[in-house]
Amino acid sequence: MAKQGFDIRRQPGFATIAMACFVVLYLPIILLVVYSFNAGTSIAIWEGFSWRWYVSAWQNEQVQAATIRSLVIAFWATLIATSCAVLAALATTRQGRFRGYTLVFAMINQPLMVPEIVTAVALLIFFAMIKVATGYTGLFYLIIAHAAFCIPFAYMPIRARLQGMDLSLEQAAMDLYGTPWRVFRRITLPQLWPGILAGAMLAFVISLDDVVITEFVKSAGQDTLPTYMLGQLRRVVTPEVNAISTALLAISVVMVMGFFFLSRNKK
Amino acid sequence: MSDAATQRATRSRWLLLAPALAVLIFAASGPLLIVLFYSFLTPGDYGGVVWEFSTDAWFNVVLEEDFFTEEVGFADAHLSIFWRSIKLSLMTALLTFIFGFPTAYFIATRPKEKRDIWMLLIIIPFWTNLLIRTFAIMELIRAEGTVNTLLLWTGIIDEPIQMLFTEFAILLGMAYVYLPLMVLPIYASLERFDFTLVEAGYDLYASRWRVLKRVIFPLAKPGVIAGSILVFVPSLGAYVTPRVLGGGKQLMLGNLIELQFGAGRNWPLGAALSLTLLAIVMVALILYVRAAGNEEVRHG
Repeated sequence: MAKQGFDIRRQPGFATIAMACFVVLYLPIILLVVYSFNAGTSIAIWEGFSWRWYVSAWQNEQVQAATIRSLVIAFWATLIATSCAVLAALATTRQGRFRGYTLVFAMINQPLMVPEIVTAVALLIFFAMIKVATGYTGLFYLIIAHAAFCIPFAYMPIRARLQGMDLSLEQAAMDLYGTPWRVFRRITLPQLWPGILAGAMLAFVISLDDVVITEFVKSAGQDTLPTYMLGQLRRVVTPEVNAISTALLAISVVMVMGFFFLSRNKK
Repeated sequence: MSDAATQRATRSRWLLLAPALAVLIFAASGPLLIVLFYSFLTPGDYGGVVWEFSTDAWFNVVLEEDFFTEEVGFADAHLSIFWRSIKLSLMTALLTFIFGFPTAYFIATRPKEKRDIWMLLIIIPFWTNLLIRTFAIMELIRAEGTVNTLLLWTGIIDEPIQMLFTEFAILLGMAYVYLPLMVLPIYASLERFDFTLVEAGYDLYASRWRVLKRVIFPLAKPGVIAGSILVFVPSLGAYVTPRVLGGGKQLMLGNLIELQFGAGRNWPLGAALSLTLLAIVMVALILYVRAAGNEEVRHG
C-alpha cells in the first residue's frame, strides 16, 4: 500500500505529534538526570561533570536513614501484598463467579479507584486513634498501609498468569494422589512464578514511589525518600535532589523493564 | 458436586481470601467508614475531634455563615477551589487527548514487532516516581530553570517569565504525568483495528479527515472514554502536583483537604471534603461504566 504512494494508515501530522510527545515525555527527565552530574550548584547552568552531589547525598545522614526506611517498608509491604495476592488470585480465578465475587473484586481494586488523598485522610484518622489507644508509633502503620495499596498491583499479573495456565497438569497430579499442598508446591507454584515475580516487582516500585499516603501516615521522624524530597523542595534546590531522583529513577526503570519482559514472555 | 464438596470449596475460597481482605479492611475500606463517622463530629481546638454530633462540616463544604450578620451564603473560597479542580482536570483530559490520540494511533500503525518497544517508551515514565516527574517539570519552568535560562540567553525575553506557581504550571504538570493513562487505553482499542474499513472509506472517496472522523474515531471511542476517566479521576484528587507546581497559592481539592488536617485544624471538614471528592469520582466512574456499557450494546 505504502509503495503505491498512498498509505491508508497515515494521518497527516500524527507522526509529528507522536514524536513531540516522546520528546516531551523524556526531555524533562533527561535534563534532571544530566544536572545531577553538574559540578556547580545550579540546576540550569552546566558547569562541568562531577559526582559531588551523589557523594553529598550518600553522606547525608537524613538521606541514608530515609533510604533504609523506604527499602524496609517496600520489602515488607511487597512480601505481605504479594502473599495475599497469590492466595486471593487462587481463590478468585479458578472456579468462576461465586457469591460475593463483585464485592471482593471491588475491595481488591479499591486502592485503584478511591483517590489516594481520601485513603490517606482515612488512614490518618484511623491510625491516630490506634496510636492514642496503644501508644505504638512504629513503622507497622506505614508497612500495612503500603501493603494494602500494593495488593491490586501484585494481584493483576498473578491473576493474568493463572488464567492463562493449563489445568491438565494439576489434574494429572491430583489423579496420581498428590495432596493439595504438594500439587500446589510442585505444579502450580513453579508455573505461577513469573507472575508472582512480576507482581512483586510492581508492588515494590509502587511502595517505593508513594508520597501521599506516606506523608499522611508517617509519625515524626519517619520520612521515606519521597517524603524527604517533598520536604526539601520548599528550600533552595541543589542538584543533590536530582542525584537522589536519578537513583530512584534507576531502580524504577530496572524494575519496570524486568516486569515488561517477564510478562511478555508468557506466551 | 455434592453439597459437602461445594461447602468445602466455599470454605477454602474464603480462607484463601482472608489475608487479603483482612489487610484491605484494616488499611483501605474500613477507615473510609470512620471518615464518614468523623464528618459528623465537632472539631477539637488543637486538631482531632470532640465527640459531639454536628452537621457543620457538611454545611461548610460549600456554604458559610457570616460571623456578624449570621447570613448564610456560598463559601466562595471553597467553591473557587472546587471549580479550579474540575476545570483543570477537564483541561488535563482534553490536553492529554489532543496529544495522546495521535501518539496511540502512531504506535498502533507501526509494524507488530515494534509496537511493544514504542509502548515500553510510554510505560516507563508512567511507572517512574510521580514526584520526580513533577520535580522535573518544576526544574524546567522555574525562574532560574532551563526554559527561562534558554529564552534569556537567546534574548527573546529580558526577564524570566513567572510560570511556576500558576494554574498553567499545574495543568502542564498534570498533563505531563497523566499522558500515559490516555495513550494506553486508546492504543488498546486501536491495536486490533481493522484497516480494511479505512480502505473501504477511501474507496468511497472519503477524505483523510472524513475517514478519521467517521471511521477511526467512532471505533476508538471506548478507549477515548476510558482514557478520559483514567486521567480525570487522579487529576481531580491530585495532591503532589498542585502542591509542588502550585506552590500553596493555587490550591486544588487535595490541598484544601490537607489544609484541614494541618493549619486548618478542622478534621470533620476535611473528612466531609474527602467524601465529597470521593462522591464526584464515583459519579464519574458510574457515568463511565454506563457509557462503556452502551458502546458494547451498540457494537455488539
